[in-house]
Amino acid sequence: MSDYQKMWQDLGMDMEQHDMLCQVLPSAVGDVFLSQENRPKSMDFWDLVISEVHGIRPAELIEEQKKGRKVFGTFCVYVPDEVVVAANGIVTGLCGGSQFWVPGGEAVLSKSTCPLIKASVGARLGKTCPFFRIADIYVGETTCDGKKKAYEILGEDVPLYVMDVPQMKRPQDIIKWKDEIATFAKKVEEFTGNKLTVENLNKAIHIINEKRKALARVYNCRKSKCLPISGRDALLMMQISFFDDPERCAKMCNRLADELEERIAKGISVVPEGTKRILVTGTPLAVPNWKLHNIIETSGAAVVCEEMCTGTRYFENLVDETKESLDEQFMALSERYMKTNCACFTPNRGRIDDILRMVEEYQVDGVIDCSLKFCCLYDTEKRAVSQALKAKGVPVLSLETDYTDTDAEQLRTRIGAFIEILNG
Amino acid sequence: MIKHFIGLDIGSTYTKTAVINENKELLQLVFKPTGWNGAETAEQVRQELADKGIDLAEAKIIATGYGRVSVPFAQKCVTEITCHGKGAAFVYGKPNLTIIDIGGQDTKIIQVLDGAVNDFVMNDKCSAGTGRFLEVMAKTLSVDIAQLCDLASQGGNTSISSMCTVFAESEVISLIGRGEKRENIAFAVVDSIVKKVASQAKRMITPGSFLCLTGGLSESQYLLNALSKELRTPIASHPHGRYAGAIGAALLALNL
Ligand code: SF4
Ligand code: SF4
Repeated sequence: MSDYQKMWQDLGMDMEQHDMLCQVLPSAVGDVFLSQENRPKSMDFWDLVISEVHGIRPAELIEEQKKGRKVFGTFCVYVPDEVVVAANGIVTGLCGGSQFWVPGGEAVLSKSTCPLIKASVGARLGKTCPFFRIADIYVGETTCDGKKKAYEILGEDVPLYVMDVPQMKRPQDIIKWKDEIATFAKKVEEFTGNKLTVENLNKAIHIINEKRKALARVYNCRKSKCLPISGRDALLMMQISFFDDPERCAKMCNRLADELEERIAKGISVVPEGTKRILVTGTPLAVPNWKLHNIIETSGAAVVCEEMCTGTRYFENLVDETKESLDEQFMALSERYMKTNCACFTPNRGRIDDILRMVEEYQVDGVIDCSLKFCCLYDTEKRAVSQALKAKGVPVLSLETDYTDTDAEQLRTRIGAFIEILNG
Repeated sequence: MIKHFIGLDIGSTYTKTAVINENKELLQLVFKPTGWNGAETAEQVRQELADKGIDLAEAKIIATGYGRVSVPFAQKCVTEITCHGKGAAFVYGKPNLTIIDIGGQDTKIIQVLDGAVNDFVMNDKCSAGTGRFLEVMAKTLSVDIAQLCDLASQGGNTSISSMCTVFAESEVISLIGRGEKRENIAFAVVDSIVKKVASQAKRMITPGSFLCLTGGLSESQYLLNALSKELRTPIASHPHGRYAGAIGAALLALNL
């Protein structure tokens, strides 16, 4: 990665700390991904991107910035990419998934904050993530309390805009979110200097829809009993899709889906017949958080679906592309986004229905419901998830974890015992 | 012909070994501290069994417990949850039961239906509500765990509020400083672990379930009574209770 030294320096990064971070990544990638057998060839793209995660894409973003484009950093799948893309802006995900950044966040946040928030704040304050340095503006949102307060701290030294996400899903809330999107659009126009038009917004809606369809195609292949891709590889693809250019992302996912469909036709599976199929649900798994998938898949089961924001919640439901005024388009956006079922909402029966549906669609043998430590919302919802699944006779294991490795053995025992139950 | 089926349960504190024959008759039970190195302990067990005429090369062996991966001569590793469930159902001769196992590192509640594990809960990585908690508190009072339970049976009227081992230890120290009777402090310590374990167990217990306590602490009658009172259900214990995991592993070795 040496070619990027100058770029990182120009970004004002803490080079010494960043070197330490870069040292741990290659062995993690080797252990989790490269050690797998019989991987789809098309994963080469994501292997390359992750091996230079702080190099390739950041360099592209900087090139685009030189042409006058603005980079928007986001933290939640409720923030509508379409609006930014329509104004010729670029969106990049900013959620932190490494323990490396947690202590930096802990220095300024309440102890009882989830590691995702701690890591995100730590990545910003520690100057060890190029994406956090590159983003011209951060877009936050009023979802959970931890994030709301963290944005106040993040906003101290970077432009920050917060969208007011509703807490319920009544008709008036959908209208409220539409208005909020319209207000955000004004901010985006002002920040990029580009006007939104029906044409450019419809084009952006189309681009993001195509990306969703491509991700869905890959997930569709995971529904097959002949499993053509591991959960770890699918997760990596999903995580990188938050950072990539949406059109290239769609192209690469479609290329992968082509290969997976061919594998299914030929009967090529990454696991032996009868391997138990796990649906993972809960809080998002930000890069490079691969702990859960890695433990499950090295304990003899396979992850076939993630009901998560780094999973189905990112691509399910499309935006209507046929609207002819900005107002109608904003409404179409609101309707699509408000279908995303996050535990920040109440009630949130939709998530339970999604999980039950996915258990059928993905031919799931057992569900692992895992939340990050101190995420009160998803933790509380475990009860409803587990009751609904048990009522249908679907085995479920509820877990709580963070970004450290200290509980890996405990998790291995629990997950191992769960898989032993499934194997009967 | 294979004559011996062996289960090795390498726990964080003790290693338990059970040897059975193909008729599921118990031939040997071996108990020893785990020490620093699981592999070394496993080797000692191998020696001890060899001295008793049990040749491991001629046996089917399953390892379980915390140190299960460090047994070079085991043919398979199975988690302690599955083994405990299987073993306890066998020891008690009941296909349906709920097991409370207070171990050194973790406390597990295991629900067994038709002789196999149906569901379980396990405490998270902190040591509240585990054997470690009692061990630390006993040390603070300069007694062992058995003495701690004896003392507790004569005490009362004191409580500690913190679930966290580290904070609870400071609470105990300040109780000592205040001149509180040791019996009362011991009572508070046992009472706190009983409440913690009971609250975990409540989610798993259905009316009429047969409850049993396994693990080293199952030998304390006082703890058993206190837990049973808290859960308002009789709880059984068995001299072989602490071998449940090893026995379960040996039974599973029959299918290898
Ligand atoms: S879990 Fe909720 S708050 Fe977090 S990214 Fe998803 S929708 Fe947003
Ligand atoms: S995991 Fe929970 S606490 Fe953490 S950011 Fe997401 S909703 Fe908030």
